[in-house]
Amino acid sequence: MKKTPSKKSPEKKSRLTLGPLFFNWPADKRRDFYFRIADEADVDCVYLGEVVCSKRESFFEDFLPRVTERLQKAGKEVVLSTLALVTSEREMKEIKARVGQGFLIEANDVACLQALNGKPHVIGPFINVFNESTRDFLIRNKAKRIVLPVEIPASSVKIVAQKRKAEMEVMVFGRQPLSVAMRCYHARAHGLNKDSCQFVCGQNPDGLPVDTTDGQPILTVNGTQTLSHGYGVLLGELGALQKMGVTHFRLSPQDVDMVGVAKIYRAVLDKKFAAKEALAKLRKLTRDVPFMNGFYYGREGLAWIIPAR
Amino acid sequence: MTVSYFELVCPAGTPASLRAAIDAGADAVYCGYQNCTNARNYPGLNFDQDEMIEGVAYAHARGRKVLVTINTFPRAGNEKPWHQAVDEAAEAKADAIILADIGVLDYATRHQPSLRRHLSVQASAANVLSISFYRDRFGVKRVVLPRVLSVEDIAALIKKTGIETEVFVFGSVGPMSEGRCFLSSYMTGLSPTSEGVCAPASHVSYKENGDCMKSCLGCVTLNQFAKDEPAPYPTPCKGRYVARGKASYLFEEPIGLNAIDILPQLKAAGVTALKIEGRQRSRAYVAEVVGTFRKALDALAAGSAESFANDLKNVAEGGRETFGAYKKGWR
Repeated sequence: MKKTPSKKSPEKKSRLTLGPLFFNWPADKRRDFYFRIADEADVDCVYLGEVVCSKRESFFEDFLPRVTERLQKAGKEVVLSTLALVTSEREMKEIKARVGQGFLIEANDVACLQALNGKPHVIGPFINVFNESTRDFLIRNKAKRIVLPVEIPASSVKIVAQKRKAEMEVMVFGRQPLSVAMRCYHARAHGLNKDSCQFVCGQNPDGLPVDTTDGQPILTVNGTQTLSHGYGVLLGELGALQKMGVTHFRLSPQDVDMVGVAKIYRAVLDKKFAAKEALAKLRKLTRDVPFMNGFYYGREGLAWIIPAR
Repeated sequence: MTVSYFELVCPAGTPASLRAAIDAGADAVYCGYQNCTNARNYPGLNFDQDEMIEGVAYAHARGRKVLVTINTFPRAGNEKPWHQAVDEAAEAKADAIILADIGVLDYATRHQPSLRRHLSVQASAANVLSISFYRDRFGVKRVVLPRVLSVEDIAALIKKTGIETEVFVFGSVGPMSEGRCFLSSYMTGLSPTSEGVCAPASHVSYKENGDCMKSCLGCVTLNQFAKDEPAPYPTPCKGRYVARGKASYLFEEPIGLNAIDILPQLKAAGVTALKIEGRQRSRAYVAEVVGTFRKALDALAAGSAESFANDLKNVAEGGRETFGAYKKGWR
């Protein structure tokens, strides 16, 4: 399959991307979600593919060709994301098969780099790129785009994204992925284990809320993945990120109106709204989930720091 | 000493621990420099270059090895301490360096090509393809396996890659893929990946709450317990959380890993080296654990099936033990 260049995005415009869906939505809901993204969302690139749990991988397989076609017809670049933690023989086979399908691939485990064997690709946020030496090695190894890890502070983004020889992407909306594991915590919360999980992760389309024992909402469990309770939101920081050399801005799908979310981010990237106005609009779409941006400022990731200005 | 059943790799947070580990029968010790270049960057721990040189000399005089841990991820714009650590380890005549960051691996491969490179658990290489990548690109000779694999997984991996492996057999168990866990920085702002500190003591507090005690990391309550209950150290992946209306150790219980009873299975899987966790632990702890493992290994080498599991009960984390991921069903 060939990459179709986006008609909506002239070369220098900041690109808005839709990251891979982390949650286990029913296949038809997922299909309809991507159809709507294709038809209505002002995003330039969509990442498809399962990142969290290989047991879920087959569910969406039948819909993948139609969804891809619809997205590409709408002028969106399609990238296929791969698993963040690869351990089994079956998972390695799956990755090798993906690499052979002709899509641009997002590698989230170093395993994928070995399978790619020098084919151009995207480095996903689950491969640690915290410094310029790692960036340079990966670019020599044919990374054309690097999605930086959520923990990276602005002071590092500034250095890694400058004088870039590859595109640079930062996640600017959605629950922040904090860890991956072999153990399934969703299953564990239901008294099951990963092998007998009954796909209980499907019960929580926006993740399973996890509170402290004194009632503070703190984390979100999604199968083997742990995420922040709040949505990571970098809106007031978009202008600074553009200046640092970041080219791509990732919205991570949550169970909210993502078309509406994309509209807000696009407007801020295009300097049509001020950040304050945009935040107020975003609050209306995200109900009572708090916003977090501490990692950007080198602080605890759960903090919400009101940008100066 | 007879030919070792495994290479026993032991922690040394201080020069005194290094000597204690070697005297107790370690085949190799691992230790780091006094800065953010290693994943146990705690106050009062680790080595300066003079201590490293002396430590290596002490080990080499007794036919043992020193492995230098340089396994955090450099911050952009400040990679020098990591490069310096690689060069100093070479100068100290260390037997190997243990690395995680791709940029540091690249530096070491180009600047100190003859210094043996091991892949840290922090690189989270848990499959044949990843391990092959590090082996082919950086000439990595040994991989420290993440604590997420079963014995069956490990056997398959060794068969396919032909690489030396080192596995954790005692100490703390983290259920998350290491090097990629941002839970502690989410709560404290200090990063295990870049600063080498997970759940730093500077951010830990204990508060009275009526009849209960609360333990907190940053502003997050990680546990509550009765005043006479033992209080586990508040680490994010071993906290008590509420999910689906029920409080539990959602990620992992505050217990320690002890694989001393499955050493023959690890041998059959083809494992080269056994690693004891705990550079932050005392010299007495190191001596006791290393000594017990030495006895167990010597017994196995002599064909004995004696169990030494009970000898370590009182030093295990939280006083309780698990086989962790080595046994199927853990996940």
